[in-house]
Amino acid sequence: MNLLKRLLDAFEDRTGLLKIMADMAEHPVPPDTGWWYVFGSATLVAFIIQVVTGMALATAYVSSSGSAYDALQFITTRALMGNLLRGMHYFGASAMVLLVGIHMGQVFLMGCYKFPREFNWVTGVVLLFLTLAMGFTGQLLRWDQNAVWSVVVGAEQAGRTPIVGPILAQFMLGGKTLGGATLSRFFAFHVFFIPAIIFGFVGIHLFLVLHDGISEPPKAGEPVDPDTYTEKYEKVLKERGVPFWPDAAWRDVVFCVAVVLAIFLLALIFGPPALDKPPNPSMLARDPAPDWYLLWYFAVLALIPHKMTTPVILLAPMVAIIVLFLVPIVSNKGERHPRYRPWAVASVIIIVMMIGTLWVEAIREPWSPDFTAEPLPIAVIGTNVGPVVDGATLFHQKGCEFCHEVGGFGGHRGPSLTWVGDRLTRADLTVRIMNGGYNMPAYAGILKPDELDNILVFLESRKREQ
Amino acid sequence: MATETPPPSNEALSPERRVFITKVSMVAMGLVSLLVAVPIVGFLIGPLVRRFPDVWRSVGSVDSFKIGQTVKVSFRDPSPLAWAGVTAETAAWLRRISANEFMAFAMNCTHLGCPVRWLPDANLFMCPCHGGVYYSDGRVAGGPPPRALFTYPVRINNGLVEIQTSAIPIG
Repeated sequence: MNLLKRLLDAFEDRTGLLKIMADMAEHPVPPDTGWWYVFGSATLVAFIIQVVTGMALATAYVSSSGSAYDALQFITTRALMGNLLRGMHYFGASAMVLLVGIHMGQVFLMGCYKFPREFNWVTGVVLLFLTLAMGFTGQLLRWDQNAVWSVVVGAEQAGRTPIVGPILAQFMLGGKTLGGATLSRFFAFHVFFIPAIIFGFVGIHLFLVLHDGISEPPKAGEPVDPDTYTEKYEKVLKERGVPFWPDAAWRDVVFCVAVVLAIFLLALIFGPPALDKPPNPSMLARDPAPDWYLLWYFAVLALIPHKMTTPVILLAPMVAIIVLFLVPIVSNKGERHPRYRPWAVASVIIIVMMIGTLWVEAIREPWSPDFTAEPLPIAVIGTNVGPVVDGATLFHQKGCEFCHEVGGFGGHRGPSLTWVGDRLTRADLTVRIMNGGYNMPAYAGILKPDELDNILVFLESRKREQ
Repeated sequence: MATETPPPSNEALSPERRVFITKVSMVAMGLVSLLVAVPIVGFLIGPLVRRFPDVWRSVGSVDSFKIGQTVKVSFRDPSPLAWAGVTAETAAWLRRISANEFMAFAMNCTHLGCPVRWLPDANLFMCPCHGGVYYSDGRVAGGPPPRALFTYPVRINNGLVEIQTSAIPIG
């Protein structure tokens, strides 16, 4: 025992590390920080989970465009606990995206980004976008059919940039087409480049937490005044401050343990996302979609007016970054409590509802043709002979049903035609079918006259009162 | 000689010398950083300047395609890297317009690059991602695509249909 103590003392004498760590752990924080303050440390824990599970996965992953798919199958089905590890990396990523969002919302709603913590908000914004970049590049390392098309979709978006667009796109693809250079690049980005930057920013972020101190819970009617804030804050720490460890940190521990348990159990129960078909770009029967954390953005690109596509792709992320950077510059003083910041609360509610709605729409994908639509059954057609049946058959064959629903069958891109006979005359129908519209092809060059007649007869039969 | 005696070692540097040493150090470190950065950046943009030869790939004999029909044809990228595996495969939609006339459409939707599907009965290309639709000649029929499907050069050579390998079309 004595020997151990002497060893420790010698270590401390030569390094001074124990005191530094103890000072950090026990630095004074305001009392009653409460449960709202657990999300930052939980995000860090999710990140650490990603680092350690990622390091383990990297020992078996093969970052070669031609072999990665086989390696993934090996990891998923044959490697010891590979399925669990992949699942943890996936749910860890999901947790990190979710927690980084909640952490940001909490910091914003409680006004923690105000003086003197403006710059730490900025480093947090950088970390948010780095997290999303990790999500995108990580999804691509699941090198299946969905991944290769996601690379193409990503490159096409980069390609919309004026002048340098094609160069950016080729930089992402690693050449003029998908190929051997593509995956190794994304692997290097995901595993070395972006994590290195994240480590740096996490370091600054944590240093600033210590440097500026953990914000005290906001009190309504106690606005931040940069001239007096520091003095007041230090007085609070001196008079009522508690050591971070363990007085405040125990809540972080409880929540972080719950997060790790949740990641582990979700991975154990649900496993990782299933691998799609092999990454062969000549296989075209695929409806590519990003993972859930970027899925809502996919909906944006479907729902905006078509002519707005390029401006939105290029400007929306930039505007988001600039607005977020400007938040602490525009309002670094004044009330912190949400009760006196209705616009702050409203903007968070609006953003959450907007993303939530887009997300639900993106899952439904009403704008995509429903290629799986079955031919209309007789029960829906209402008869089994004559031109109505021929029209209904053509309605399926000619692709009408992929976008128009009739009696519960078909897609939702266009209006439902279940009762179209009630609202449109034969002349109306003819004009629309022949000329098409904003989202509808003109069928003038596609349908033969008798085919058009049969479809018209079928559509006219779609009446409530028979 | 005698005037060049060095200052005693415990004497601090003069402010001017401090500024001078700082500047020289910064420049020196900056220069070696640049030196290291040159091969790194060069290596990263290497794929951009890699030669992409125009290769004609045969996709089948002329007779194997029916006039008025559009079918998917697959072929390999020009000089793919050895470890590209199946990612060296690519495809196009080939339409035989007349006895001697073919058109090869890129499979990428001009909206965001998703793979369009040919629906032979409807005579339309449809994109699964955001509902872009194209006519059989590649013109936009509806939805968000900003322009017609891109086409690849196609020729007939010794009774074989050949498509020129091309970059993924970027809007």
